[in-house]
Parts: sequence; structure tokens; C-alpha cells
Amino acid sequence: MTITLKLNGKTHDVEAEPGTPLLWVIRDELKLTGTKFGCGVASCGACTVHLNGEPVRSCQTYVEDVEDAEITTIEGIDNPIAKAVQQAWMELDVVQCGYCQSGQVMSAVGLLSENPKPSAEEIDEYMYGNACRCATYQRIRAGIQRASEIMEA
Amino acid sequence: MTLNTSRRGFLKGAAAATAVLLVGTRPDGAIAAANAENTALNPFVKINADGRVTAIIKHFEKGQGPATGLSTLIAEELGLSMDQIDYEFAPSNPQVYNNLLFGPFQGTGGSTAMANSFVQYRNAGAAAREMLIQAAAQEWGVASTDLSIENGVIQGAGKSASLGDFVAAAAQIEAPAEPRLKDPSEFRLIGNPDVRRLDSEIKGNGKAIYAMDLHLPNQMIAMIARSPQKGGTVTGFDDTGSKDVKGFIRAATLPTGAGVVVYAENTWAAMQARDALDVSWDLSAAETRSSDEIRDEILAALEAEPEYNVTKADQAATLSAIDDAATVVERTFYFPLLAHAPMEPLNCTIEATADGGIVLHDGSQMPTGPHMALAQIFQLPMEKIQINTLLAGGSFGRRATPDADYQVEAALAFALTDRSRPVKLVWSREDDLRSGYYRPAFGHKVRVGLDSDGHILGWDHRIAGQSIMKGTAFEAMMVHDGVDHSSVEGVSDTPYQIPGMFVGLTDTKKATSTLWWRSVGHTHTAYAMEVMMDLAAEAAGVDPVEYRLRHLTGGKDQERLAGVLKLAAEKASWGAAPDGRTQGIAVHKSFGSYAAEVVEISGNAEDGVKIEKVTCAVDCGLAVNPDVVKAQMEGGIGYGIGHVMRDQITLTGGEVDQYNFPDYEPLRIGDIGAIDVHVVPSAEAPTGVGEPGTPPSAPALANAVARASTDLILSDLPMTESNVSFV
Repeated sequence: MTITLKLNGKTHDVEAEPGTPLLWVIRDELKLTGTKFGCGVASCGACTVHLNGEPVRSCQTYVEDVEDAEITTIEGIDNPIAKAVQQAWMELDVVQCGYCQSGQVMSAVGLLSENPKPSAEEIDEYMYGNACRCATYQRIRAGIQRASEIMEA
Repeated sequence: MTLNTSRRGFLKGAAAATAVLLVGTRPDGAIAAANAENTALNPFVKINADGRVTAIIKHFEKGQGPATGLSTLIAEELGLSMDQIDYEFAPSNPQVYNNLLFGPFQGTGGSTAMANSFVQYRNAGAAAREMLIQAAAQEWGVASTDLSIENGVIQGAGKSASLGDFVAAAAQIEAPAEPRLKDPSEFRLIGNPDVRRLDSEIKGNGKAIYAMDLHLPNQMIAMIARSPQKGGTVTGFDDTGSKDVKGFIRAATLPTGAGVVVYAENTWAAMQARDALDVSWDLSAAETRSSDEIRDEILAALEAEPEYNVTKADQAATLSAIDDAATVVERTFYFPLLAHAPMEPLNCTIEATADGGIVLHDGSQMPTGPHMALAQIFQLPMEKIQINTLLAGGSFGRRATPDADYQVEAALAFALTDRSRPVKLVWSREDDLRSGYYRPAFGHKVRVGLDSDGHILGWDHRIAGQSIMKGTAFEAMMVHDGVDHSSVEGVSDTPYQIPGMFVGLTDTKKATSTLWWRSVGHTHTAYAMEVMMDLAAEAAGVDPVEYRLRHLTGGKDQERLAGVLKLAAEKASWGAAPDGRTQGIAVHKSFGSYAAEVVEISGNAEDGVKIEKVTCAVDCGLAVNPDVVKAQMEGGIGYGIGHVMRDQITLTGGEVDQYNFPDYEPLRIGDIGAIDVHVVPSAEAPTGVGEPGTPPSAPALANAVARASTDLILSDLPMTESNVSFV
């Protein structure tokens, strides 16, 4: 079936069967590969995208359920919070292998959007679902706090 | 472009416009230079006519930093700032891009990327500098000694020019055999903590391309249904259900019988079509044991006479010394199978070229392995196989199997097609955890005899487990007199001065494929050594740091280990933990580097342990990029601690019990507090950092948990198997 998606500010008509995870439409059909496949069961957060500004796991979000939503992927996120997060990520060299980091950035933007000055505990709680096998967690924590400072400045 | 007439005549049209200077060492070690057309060279430095420099990186980038580190070496010697250098990954060529510590074999592992490249890449950068300066000196009619390159500008004698102005001329100059390398006092980039990673931006904005992200025109996705028990073979399949999946193309049995390949138009269709496939298996030769049986076999082996006397020590003398001891401390440890579970599931893509060659697109840790395997499968000479190395989303050893497992699967899957369409093999997380290669299961039984003053009289150390190297191409190199060094490293070669030490090894049968896992044998040997050192210290009534220091005398290894031990203790305020906190310490040498770690926890085994803080001191020789070194220690600690807390791969009737991350829970952000890393200033040659952070982390945690808890014996790992809970 043809499904119309509003993604990164543009409208896309895609051919997909009902039940297809949004992740695979984004990656395989729209060829936007910043959103990653890590587990397929919403257990690692590498596939995190925003649905109407809220982080969701695109591997467990079905394409037919998001026709009316504004979808944003790592390629399309460019608000001041995202810019602050990405600047902080570079200042602190948060990344190692980097494969989970699109998801980390998308979740971090989600956190700072609702809580511009999170405590370490609030960061740990919000970011729990974003796994990083390289264990860059301490820099993710510091990166979010640095982004918070950048936003304040 | 400033070229004299004779050179202008030599360089023709487009060739001059796109002149590229390639500098490197020939296979025989001599430095050479030529233009881009000369493919017989071994280039590490590429300079375009516009002056842009590209470092050719022979090691793969899985996050451990060689793209930045090796580029830094070239930028340093060539006189560039870090924003003037790009990098690209070298093609597969075991003669030219080999790991100098591996022989004629291209590969990344054993934490050797910087250690084997440090002089090679500096030489390449320095040779390029001298050739460009010589070209400018000739053109300007000045002495080379009057010129230098700073921030990508050739300058001196009142003149200045971009590197690009002299690329074409420099390409005609014979490369210096021994270019002058900078004295460490001249370093601006090497050792500079402010040098940032070159791959941060693309990894933070989604633009980085990993092998999984490759979309070749007209590609098919392949997924493989593998035997639920290792060693099973396909007897038939029914793809009726798969045919109902839109995008399913076909299914075919691998010629090895190890699985059925499902080809589909996209990844989701491949996943669904594979789920719908009904495969029947011949399991008569398959593994049927459970992990409990594997554990029983290993523990029984520890009680029997060891197969190998590893160090040829006098076993009778050790036993007799322990018999005479005033106190004997004894522990048996069991280390389970562990999966690597890199964040990017395994995958690679194979396509045919118009001239009958094959290209493998892969985040390949050891390109020479798949290169040779593909040459054999496709019956092609090595030069007809190309490997395009892409970024890898982690590896921890998994992307380097001696039998090139997933690349061979992809090649066989491709060979079953008409080769008109590229085939991208994709593994799911379930494939990764269930069909994988594992850190082998090991057991250690250690008995330490002490005299009444706490001095060690004898140390009887038995190891039993599944060899990694036996039965692989690495056996000849890594197995001597029957002993797989990777089974005993960290014990048999311990720098501790231990009188009366006996090390015995018994190999047990492999139930799954075994594989090196971040820090290889040190994953279990450091744990056994460092927990026993704490127990011996306790029995002797001596502080664990002081007790270790007593056994670290007499040589450079001991001095450097003692150095990191004291530094970590000092930085962690050892012995002065805040109320409610308990510290544990461990120190270990691996991959030429020395690391000590203090883990500070609150709580205890019964009420729940929280890991509050880790303090690390590392001596890895000269730290080329101190911040990358710190990041590797942070990551190595997290990797070690995450697994020892709660992860294991178990088998029931030969079948892996774990499916996905919920059953193999990764370390999460809230599981671990701050990690404070201190890098020892050093002028020694650089040694490894990818792995050495891992070995001390688990025993440091264990020692803290044991001290905080009552009557806790941490014999079985992960710690949750020894009744430790975490909060």
C-alpha cells in the first residue's frame, strides 16, 4: 500500500506493507541511514527518531500508525537544542564507534526539550534505553550537561 | 601552479591538474614516492594538487581511534593542523598495508594499531615534508634548510606557498630513505590533549557510513537461517510461507549445509521471509550439551592432573610448599561464554566487477582473512578481489574470525546467484547472540600457601577451558608445546614476583566457536590473579596495595605496574573512601600497557551494589592522543564491568538460550558512575589502549564487592550467579 509520511519537513509517498517498522522505511526506502538498526526489539535505542518532537524507537513503530505525525530523523533535526547537543558531542568527543550515537543525540534532544537543565540522575533515567556498547556513558552525561550550558548561554 | 618548463613538459594536461603525491614505504621498507598512477607503491600520504592531504589508514576504525591517531602522526611530521588532513581507509593488500607485528597480514587486533604504525606513519609524513620542501627550494633557488612547513604552508627565505603548488614537482623527487623525524620536544599534535577526533562530527549528525548503511544499486538482502544447535546441517526446507512475503525473492541451501539463505528486496522482507521459512535439520552431529555440562567438565578438569605444565615449573615443589604453609587461600572460578555484541550487527556486501573481479564492502577487522577466503571461493587471484573498508559499529574482536565466518557466508550466498546483483548479508541481533562466536568458557582453581608472616610460599594455578587458537590458522603462531598462550597469558607471564608458582593447563572440548574477546585471555586471567592477590593480602593482614607492591620489584615491568598502582590509589584516595563506600583495586599488564583501577561502590551483595566511581591509571608509553587513550580506558572499563555484572551466554541441549539484548543486558548509563582516568606521562614507545582497560575492571569490582559483603565467595561469573545484586 502507499503511505504518505511527513518526514524532515517533506512529504514522501512510500510503498510499504502494514506492519512494516518505520525504521526499515526510513533506511531501505528513503535511504536515510543515520537511523540505525541495533536490536529490532526497542531494547537499544539506536533507531530513535522523533514523532511530533518526542523520541520513539522506530523499530517498534509501524508505518501505518504515523501517517499524520511529523517524523524527524537525525538528518532532519536542526533546532537550537540539537545544535547544542551536536556541538557538545564534538567538544567532548563523546563518540567512539558512533553507531548508537544518532539515537543518543535524538534522545538527548528529547530530554533537553522537556528538561533544559537535567541532573545526572535525570539524565541516567531518561537515557537508560539508549545502549552504547563502547560505554561512552560518562561522556554522554557530560555532553548533555554541556549542551545545557550552551543552550543557556 | 609554479612549475618550471621541463617539469611542465613532463606532466601532461589532466595528469598535472590532478597531480597527487603519494608517499610511503615500499614492501621492502624503502621509502618511495610517485604519482597516483603508480600502484606498486605503498602509500600512506596522498596530497592533491589543491594541497589537501589525505592519510591512508591501514587499520580499521571501530571507535578505538586509529583514523585520528594515524592521521595525527602524518599531520605532525608534515606540518599540518588537524583541520588540514582527511583520512581514508586503505585497500586490502597484505604486502603493503600489513600490520608490522602480524607479518604479511593486514589486520587490527591485540591493541597494536598505534604500536606498529608509530614510526611508519611518522616516516611517511616526514618524507612528504622533505620532498615538498626540496621541490620548493629548487623552484625558489634557496636552501632546503631555510624552508619549513607550518600549518600546511611552505615558508622561508621570504616566500610562502601552499603545499599544492609543489605537489607535482615533489612527485618527481626521490623520497629520502631516512627522513628526519621530529624530536619529541617539537611535537605540537602528538601528545596534545586538545586534538579532537576526526570522526566526531559525522558520527554525531548521522552522516557516517557504516557497512550496514551501504545501498548499492539493485542490491539484494540476504539473511541466513542457521542451525539452532552448532553443527547441524540442512536436510530440506519449505518456503511456502516465505512466498507470501512481499519482496521475497528465493531461498537456497548453502553448499556447506550450514544454513538456508533467504534473498529479498529489502531487509524487512528478508527478516519476515526467514521467519516464515520452515527448515529441517540433521542434528545427529550437532552440539547437544548444556552449559551446565560444559561447566562440570571444566571444573572436573581443574581437579585432575593438568594436561600441560605451562612454565615447566617444579610442580612437586609447589605442592610441597603449600602443604607446609601456615595458611592456604583457595578459590575456584568459572567464567562463562560471552558474546561480543557490537552495536552494528554483522553484515557485508559483495558485488562483481565488470572485469570479473569481486568487491567486498565490509567493516573488516582483518581484511587479509576474508581476502584469502574469497579468492579461494571464487577461484580468483588475490588482486582480483578488492575490499572496501567502511566504518565499523564496534567489534571487540567479533569482526575478526580466523575462518572469516560472515564474509564466507556472504560469498557463498553471492556465489549461489547469477552475480548480476550485489548481495548484502545482514545478521540480526538474534543471529549475533545465538549463532555467534564466543569468549570461551574457562575455569581457574588457585591455591596460595602463605607462611605465618604472610609471605607467599607456593602458588598452584590450574586453568581449564576452551582454546581459542587450536584448530585455526593461528595455531602455529600462538600454540607452543601444546599450550595455547591465549589461555594462560596474564598468569604464566605475570610480572608479580611469586615464589613457587606452578601453572597447569587443560584444554576442554569446544561447544561453540571460540573467539578472542576484548583483551582475550586477560578477560579471565586478570580476574583470577587479582582476586587471589586480594585474598592473599587479606590472609596476610596487609593492605592490598602494599601487598601487591611487595611483589612488584626487580624490573621495568614491575616498576611500571607499581607506578600505575600507586597513581590510581593516590587519585582514588585509596583507604579513605567516604562513609558508605567501599573500594576495590586491581592492576594488570596486557598488550604492553599497564593499568590499575580502583572501583568504588556503595551497598553490598545482599542489599544491592551501586558502582559509584572508577579511578584508572594507565601507562601506555607515549600517549599520541591522550583524550582517545582516556576514552579507550573508559570504554574498556565499561565493557569489562558490564559483562561481569550480569552477562553470559548459556546453552540448553546445545541451543543458545539468549535471544536479544533483553537477555544479554548491555551496561546501561545508570549502571556506572564517573570514570576518572589518569595517563602516566611517558617517553616510551606507544603501546595498546583498546584492550588494557578491560582486564583490571572486573577484579577491582569483585574485590570491592567482596570487601563490602559478608561471607561472599565470587566463584561463578557473572556476579549475579554468585548472589550479587545491583541497584
